[in-house]
Amino acid sequence: MAEHPISRGEPVAERGAPAISVRDLRVKYGEREILHGINFDAPAGQTLVILGGSGSGKSTLLRTLVGLESPTGGSIWIRGKDFAAMREAERDELRKKMGMSFQSGALFGSMTVAENVALPLREHTKLDDSTIDIMVRLKLNQVGLSGFENYMPAQLSGGMKKRAAIARALAMDPEVLFFDEPSAGLDPIIAAGIDELILALKKAFHITILVVTHELASAFLIADRMILLNKGVIVADGTPVELQASANPRVRQFLDRVPEKELTAEIDYLQMLTGEIPPQRQ
Amino acid sequence: MPFAQTIGEATINGLAYVGELTRLTGGAARAIFIDPFRGRRIRYARAVHQAMAVGVGAIPVVSLISFFVGLILALQAAYELRRLGALHLVAATVALSMTRELGPLMTAVVVIGRSGSAFAAEIGTMKVNEEIDALETMALEPVHFLVAPKLVAMLLMMPCLTTWADLMGVTGGGLFGVMSAGFTWHTYFQSTIDALVRRDIFIGLVKSLIFGIVITAVGCQEGFTTGLGSEQVGKSTTAAVVKSIFLVVVMDLVFTSIFYITAPR
Repeated sequence: MAEHPISRGEPVAERGAPAISVRDLRVKYGEREILHGINFDAPAGQTLVILGGSGSGKSTLLRTLVGLESPTGGSIWIRGKDFAAMREAERDELRKKMGMSFQSGALFGSMTVAENVALPLREHTKLDDSTIDIMVRLKLNQVGLSGFENYMPAQLSGGMKKRAAIARALAMDPEVLFFDEPSAGLDPIIAAGIDELILALKKAFHITILVVTHELASAFLIADRMILLNKGVIVADGTPVELQASANPRVRQFLDRVPEKELTAEIDYLQMLTGEIPPQRQ
Repeated sequence: MPFAQTIGEATINGLAYVGELTRLTGGAARAIFIDPFRGRRIRYARAVHQAMAVGVGAIPVVSLISFFVGLILALQAAYELRRLGALHLVAATVALSMTRELGPLMTAVVVIGRSGSAFAAEIGTMKVNEEIDALETMALEPVHFLVAPKLVAMLLMMPCLTTWADLMGVTGGGLFGVMSAGFTWHTYFQSTIDALVRRDIFIGLVKSLIFGIVITAVGCQEGFTTGLGSEQVGKSTTAAVVKSIFLVVVMDLVFTSIFYITAPR
């Protein structure tokens, strides 16, 4: 992958220092608490993978980090400011420096691929059309979609949609890039291509990348750090090597792909109903 | 007790819904009338695109329906007027009914069917495909980006379409007048102009603006509250049409009452 021709300016933070710090984050849907006090740091310039099964709260965590859900407690520190407590205008300024790639791609169906990528540039910058044109081609080139400028999203395959969505997320030269299930619904070869793209982006731009996934192979390939989320609680936080070596039963169960035990004891069943986690499993 | 409770809940839900519509319209109005002075641009291209879809695309069907409604009005009025020997009042009856009531109303019904439903379907599909979320993460306020251009288009196009519908309705009535009430086209239009005062036209145009706001707000609100899954988009679209027609008729009643009370005697 070619180096980015436009200078990214000073790095935001030293490599290794946290780009995002989450402290005691709590999120409720109605009466039900989904995230029960999440704490972690996402080091700048590194890839953090948030692992977790269905219903673990990982998607809620991601949606909260990009401001689509409001936390009921705790704080999200980005660039030394609490994202959760910001005013909307201030939050929008920060959002321009964040890119998000949605699970389905979320490309605007009424616009061509090029128009999709150009949208944030047109809306947030005063660049003229020819400059935007060049930037769009560049971004599409970076994700391997040169020549698809005038395609409509409906004409693209699943993997190409994801790539186009990544190009759009890259449009504003973000400092942080979020991925929701980047390889969901893709065949292994296409999924491996997306993993490679994520690695290449990190290497080329030193972007901080947060990936939410349940795909183990992909997670271990791209992660510098990993978090395992279970029922709204972080059960493990470390490097991929540390996680592999972990003796925590929940981590082992997830990594070794052991199915959930049948609930036999009455107390287990009650705890499952009330959403409490049996103490021995934590 | 449950009966009272049902009524209470329905009232609260109804008021909450109207509150949501007001909030949405307020947000869009701020984007149109206030934000341009604060250095945020209006999306003219999107507004023009919407105006073409809402207004220009509706001209054929609005023309046809209004023409027929004008003709029907003339036939119905003539049935009674003939017995009174006042067939020459057909022109005035059609003119007043069209400009004050049926022009705006029939236009609104057509626009609900074409555009109100389309707004709900468009925004609902975007919601289901995470496109609304994508807008927000790109720091693009969905109300500014999606609702404001639609409201601009409606505010521009509804009065134009209504005026056109009035004209077509009068022409429809004129066909009857010329064929079987002894008018020539010239005398028919002259009688129409003599019968109308500026207030009649004004009332129709005010109504058309109100209807345009209602249609935009309901269509967009139904889109934004679409549930998960594509079958929900269909439900939102249906709800948008039914609720819009209901609210348009309610607003028609409210404004007709206001104009009746404030009419110069």
